[in-house]
Order: sequence, then structure tokens, then C-alpha cells
Amino acid sequence: MIKHEQIEKSVGLLIVLTLLTVIWGGLLEIVPLFFQKSTTTPVEGLKPYSAASLAGRDVYIREGCFLCHSQMIRPFRAETERYGHYSVAGEYVYDHPFQWGSKRTGPDLHRVGGRYSDEWQRAHLMNPRDVVPESNMPAFAFLANTKAKDSVGADIEKKMQIMRGYANARGIPTYSDEEIKGAKAAIGDMTEMDVLIAYLQGMGTALKNTK
Amino acid sequence: MSDFVSDFWNLYVIVIVVASILACAVLLIVQGKATFTPGKTMGHVWDETLEEYNNPMPKWWSWLFVITVIFALVYLALYPGLGNFKGMLGWTAVGQHKTEVEKMDATVKPLFDKYMAMDLKAVAGDKQAMEMGKRLYLTYCMQCHGADARGAKGFPNLADSDWLYGGEPEQLKETINNGRMGMMPPHAHLGADTIKDLANFVRSLSGLPNDSVRAGKGKEAFASSGCIGCHGPDGKGMQALGAPNLTDKVWLYGSSEATITETITNGRQNKMPAWKEFLGDAKIHLLSAYVLSLSQGTK
Repeated sequence: MIKHEQIEKSVGLLIVLTLLTVIWGGLLEIVPLFFQKSTTTPVEGLKPYSAASLAGRDVYIREGCFLCHSQMIRPFRAETERYGHYSVAGEYVYDHPFQWGSKRTGPDLHRVGGRYSDEWQRAHLMNPRDVVPESNMPAFAFLANTKAKDSVGADIEKKMQIMRGYANARGIPTYSDEEIKGAKAAIGDMTEMDVLIAYLQGMGTALKNTK
Repeated sequence: MSDFVSDFWNLYVIVIVVASILACAVLLIVQGKATFTPGKTMGHVWDETLEEYNNPMPKWWSWLFVITVIFALVYLALYPGLGNFKGMLGWTAVGQHKTEVEKMDATVKPLFDKYMAMDLKAVAGDKQAMEMGKRLYLTYCMQCHGADARGAKGFPNLADSDWLYGGEPEQLKETINNGRMGMMPPHAHLGADTIKDLANFVRSLSGLPNDSVRAGKGKEAFASSGCIGCHGPDGKGMQALGAPNLTDKVWLYGSSEATITETITNGRQNKMPAWKEFLGDAKIHLLSAYVLSLSQGTK
């Protein structure tokens, strides 16, 4: 058997054994999840993000929305009464990376799609206090000043191809060549705010209105 | 819940978990048999006075390890953790949620049933029902209509007696159940001058200051440009279409000439989401009654 002293005096062995100890739990708790049907198969009705939603998702990430909003409804009554059906793994198969978040300064957004009108979303992003006086969310009015095609949408075809790569690796439905070719046109003259709203309005709608 | 793509992963989890726990147990036993030399240092000194001894671990500490090994085995027998093994308790997160919801539903059902059997006006007068209604309102409605139900620009005030789609109990219920789509088409094609006339005429309808010459021309344009199709010849609106009454002092988007001009030029689109599927009959019954109570001032 290896003696304590040997490990302590051999840096290489120490590194190898430390790494093994650290990744042991991960090998067991994380790796098998990649091989579960429920985590790799999309739920019924789930579609890959449209070009506008994908660009909007990048606005969501860039502005750090995930710092205050989670996208993970836990299976507790208090949450399902307020937000809707609890989240399931198969709803995130097109999320790279997922936006579960870990903190709720604001509400969970996983089922916000269709909950409010586009106009509400716009008014709320321009200045949240116009519609919810109690809100402490910052205003994102500046998103209306930039065209998505000049920022998050500039390389939308490339982004969609990368997403298609992920989907193909799992063998799940993904973008067609036509959809990728038409991505720029689909975004057109939409502002960053428009694409963000497109993203929000599609969120969690696959399992919406079910309990 | 495990639904691995192949049985390999089932075995992978079981083998590694069981082997790890057994390894911990073996380590405990081996360490328990190690020889110790109490009182003698190992000859290592750090920081001038810090010396390493070769004493056995404190007993309480060894026992903690023994307890964790036993805990792990009991836990894995009771709860899902070993691959596809469901655990003897049959516990699942989804099942726990279901039980929680069913328990609460059973508790509140008699209450909801009681109110479902009453008509909306009677529910609106019930103190307890209105407390429940208020909580529901603050959870699902206040984001648009405001905590005080007085609305905001583009979001109707529910605390007054003016209704776009009608304030009768059944109309309120219909609005919450199936939502509403408001659509005022854009009229930019009329030209800026005519729109200015129209804006002045619209202001004149509710007695707001206006340019009477323009208002006069606007009156003709109102009749000839199709405005009367929705707002009616007298501008009193049409609840079946959600076309607002222009002769009262209630304004959804604002009454300034500039805002009215914007409304006529670009049109307005508005939407009240449908809540039928999400909230269900019982909650919508209470919410309808609550909204009714707001406008009746019977809070």
C-alpha cells in the first residue's frame, strides 16, 4: 500500500489522487445524467429557439438577467400555484448554457411566456415602475436603441449552426438549412428589446397551462 | 426517477456507490487496527513548536464516520439513489408535489365550492371571499392593473365604473377566462392634418379644451373615416368590440392632443391574457367577484 509519506513527497501522485478525489462525486452524480432519456429528449411541443428568440436569449445573458431571475420552477405547491407547472429536464434541451439561475431577486421567468402582453413587456422593460410601482428592477430602455442585427443578431447564422451541432449530437430535431439562411431576414429590423421580448414570450410555453 | 439509455449506467451507479461506501467502511476498520505510538512525536516540526504526534483519532470522530456509513446504507434502501432502484418508500419529488397539492386542494375545496354555488354579486359582498379574492388579485393581476387596481397607461383601471368590455358579472368572468384582444387600426393614411382635426374633435367629446374649427372638421372626418364603425356615431364606443367610450373622462393611453394623435396615427394593440386553463373556474369566480367589488366600492 502507498504510504502517506510517499504521497506527500511526490507532487505528481498527490495531484493525480487529489483530482480523483475531487471528481469522484461528479463521475457519479453528473455523468450518468447525460445518459438519461428525460434529460436528453425534448418534451412534447418544444421547438428549437427561433432566430429572434435565440438573439433575445443572448441579450438576456449579456444583461445578466439570470442574476436576479431563475428559470426553474421547483415542484412545490407554492411555486406551481404562482408560476405554473414545475420545470422538467426535457424543457432545457435547447439551452446552451441553461439559465436556471440560483437567485430570485425578481420572480422566476420559466413560464413567463404569454403571461403578459408584448406591450406590458415593453412598458416594463422601458421602466418597470410604470407598471409595477413596487419594482426594484433596473430599467432597460436602452435596449430599444440598438438594432439586433448590429449586435446579438450579427452572427446569428453561426450561432444557429452551433446550436444545430449540439442538437445533432443528441439526435433531436433542429434547424433546417432554410431556417438558418432566413435567420437574418427573420430578425430584420427588430431592436434588442424586440428580440428579448420574443425570447420571453416563448419561454416555458411547451408545458404552459397544465398543472 | 431514472430512465437511462442503457443498463450500463444503472450498473455504473450501483457499483460505484456501493463500492465507495464499502471502501469507507474498510478504511475505518483498517485505520482502527493501525498501530499508534501515543506520546511520541513523528519528528516533524513546523513553525518552531508545532509537532506531529501519532495518536488515534478521537472516538467520537470515528463514530461519526461509522454513523455516516450506516446512514448512507439506510438512505439508499429507503430512497431512490441506486440506479433504477426506486427505494422502499417509493418517494419521488413529483409524488411529493402531488400529495402536497391534493392535501391543500382538499382543504380549500369546501370553501371554493361554497362560493361557486353563490352568484358573483353575492360573493362580492362576502368579506372572507373578498379577502381571498384580494390575495389572488395580488398574485396574478397586480403586475398589469396595479396593486391598487387603478391600472396604468395602457392597462385599464379596474376600480372605476368604466368598462371596455362590459362590467356585468358574466362579462367580467368572460374577460378573465378567455382574455381580450384590443385592436385600434392605424390611420396614418388620413394625413397629419386630418388626424389633428380628429384629435381636436375627440377632445371636444369629453369637454376638453380644443380648437373648435378643427373639431368641426374633425366631426366630419370622424363620420367619413370609419371611426363610427367601432366608436359609434356618438363616440360612446361599443363594448362588444372593446371600443372605448370617447365621451367620458377615462383615458387608457392619455387625453393630450399629442397622445390622441399618436393613437390615431399608429393605432393601438392591447391584450388581456386568458386565464381559464391556468387558474381554473373556482379562482376565476372569486377574482371576478373581487373585480366586481372594486367597481362597486364594496371592498
